[in-house]
Amino acid sequence: MTHRKRIIVKAAIAGWLLAAVLFFPIGWMVLTSFKTEIDAVDARSLLFFKPTLESYAAINERASYLVHLTNSVIVSFSSTALAMLIGIPAVFSMVFMPSRRTRDILMWVLSTKMLPAVAVLVPIYLLMKNLGLIDSWSALILVNTFANLPIVVWMLYSFFKDVPAEILEAARMDGARLRQQIAAILLPLTLPGIASTALLSVILCWNESFWSINLSTARAAPLANMVASFSSPEGLFWAKLSAVSTLAVAPIILFGWITQKQLVRGLTFGAVK
Amino acid sequence: MATIQLAAARKSYGSAEIIRNIDLEIHDREFVVFVGPSGCGKSTLLRMIAGLEDIDAGDLLIDGHRCNDVPPDERGLAMVFQSYALYPHMSVADNMGFALKLAGVTKEERHRKVAAVAETLQLAHLLERRPKELSGGQRQRVAIGRAIVRNPKVFLFDEPLSNLDASLRVRMRGELIKLHRQLDATMIYVTHDQVEAMTMADRIVILNQGRIEQVGTPLQLYREPSNLFVAGFLGSPTMNFIQGEVVETHAKGSRIRLESGAMLSVPHVGLVVGSTVTTGLRPESLAVSIEGQLRGVVEFTEHLGDVLLVYMQLPGGKSVTAKVPEGTPAVAGDRIAFSVEEGAISVFDAAGNALSKVSAQDFQP
Repeated sequence: MTHRKRIIVKAAIAGWLLAAVLFFPIGWMVLTSFKTEIDAVDARSLLFFKPTLESYAAINERASYLVHLTNSVIVSFSSTALAMLIGIPAVFSMVFMPSRRTRDILMWVLSTKMLPAVAVLVPIYLLMKNLGLIDSWSALILVNTFANLPIVVWMLYSFFKDVPAEILEAARMDGARLRQQIAAILLPLTLPGIASTALLSVILCWNESFWSINLSTARAAPLANMVASFSSPEGLFWAKLSAVSTLAVAPIILFGWITQKQLVRGLTFGAVK
Repeated sequence: MATIQLAAARKSYGSAEIIRNIDLEIHDREFVVFVGPSGCGKSTLLRMIAGLEDIDAGDLLIDGHRCNDVPPDERGLAMVFQSYALYPHMSVADNMGFALKLAGVTKEERHRKVAAVAETLQLAHLLERRPKELSGGQRQRVAIGRAIVRNPKVFLFDEPLSNLDASLRVRMRGELIKLHRQLDATMIYVTHDQVEAMTMADRIVILNQGRIEQVGTPLQLYREPSNLFVAGFLGSPTMNFIQGEVVETHAKGSRIRLESGAMLSVPHVGLVVGSTVTTGLRPESLAVSIEGQLRGVVEFTEHLGDVLLVYMQLPGGKSVTAKVPEGTPAVAGDRIAFSVEEGAISVFDAAGNALSKVSAQDFQP
């Protein structure tokens, strides 16, 4: 075996190991979701058991999955769309018309992420309450939008930075107005980056639970609330909890699976340009 | 018709003044080159004309109309960028036709115009390609084609050849000169390369620290630089500057004693006896001669094939470069003497400004 081949084999083993470690909790969760509550805590039936759908049936009786799913979809996609709508023009001006304060603004935007969410729970809860937005899509969409905006801004910033300013200046000389510069030049050039930013934002919104649980109860509650509702009151029921978690993450894992090519392409966009 | 006039134009970024009070007139169909060291403001000046940078003070007149606040595309100018700035996601044809598309020109008309320009630039077979599939020279031609398609009054070039390799640069230089003649348009060309400036320009504008140092034809600037900066900027190897003291002056010339002790007769008048001046000697105005005034020791030589560069050290340590025909006997360590072509000497006062001289016929050593 040559030196090069040995490195490839080692890298492959390391890669598979890492993948196995990352996949293990998800695999365990899915397995457990098909067990009875007794099997779920029995070490002897760790891998070999009689699969059953009784946990799923129980969940279906207690909660309406489709309502939560719809809420999750609406909140994730709306807040992502809103974040992009705010982020793209903002980042355009920061990259192509920078001022002396642009770096400070970027840092400030990022610094909002350093504050733990719980620190602003009370003010935001009161705000939403006074606006009559508790347990509404609007509240969750707004909070998610602003929670993800820093990440959207920073990602878009690095993608837009890769576009030479001269190309937009050439478009200006050719008679492109601001909107045309963005639509005809910038967006097509950074589409992979924009797509992966949007995908990441959707995933982050989907998995967000703190604000969902605190700002919504029933009508607007996304899947996170459904999972939470199965965790506490009567002690832990591992099989049911696993089933509800599987139901909650299945759509987003499927979504990630379908879009993974786009996601990876976008995240490595700058590197391979 | 397309003339450009700048009157007292200024530009600063924060407290840094980039362009300080520029007055300049560019005539119709002229090929003007802005040249200067990096950071001198030449690109900024071009971008102010283009409309990509605001003009802080002063006026920009295009064909007599004040254009300070006219958007770039309405000024009737086209620009070719250093990095070509082609749209990577569009075909060559779409790149060239983008301005027409924005202007609402019909598809057929666009195709016709793009095809015609592509024909003259030998790009016809590349129209469907993307920029990344083209060579550097081809990209450059597409960028020029994109400018031509718009049929502008004035072409602006921002160091368009500096990304090309040396031989291609020489060829594109020739093509641009031909293009200028063919299109009969006003062109402004920015470069830091003095050879491009000398070979292409009808008139050169030399900029330094945001100011115009001198404007004139290439030979005018080369032969009669108005100050030390211009004298030192043009010419390769650079002009030799040697300090000296004026010992005699009359109506038809002066005599200067150089710091090395040599005496020079120069056709310059109006000098102050006893004052210190700087003489400028072009390397090619020196010739090996037994009676030569400049005597010293050869430090080293460089063979360029057609000419020989001799680096000589004068008594006192000052180095002088001479450009002499290849085959001239000069070996490192030899004693050597050069005579100076007196008509080609420049003399600068203590402030670095050129002093006036009498014509060659009137000169009496």
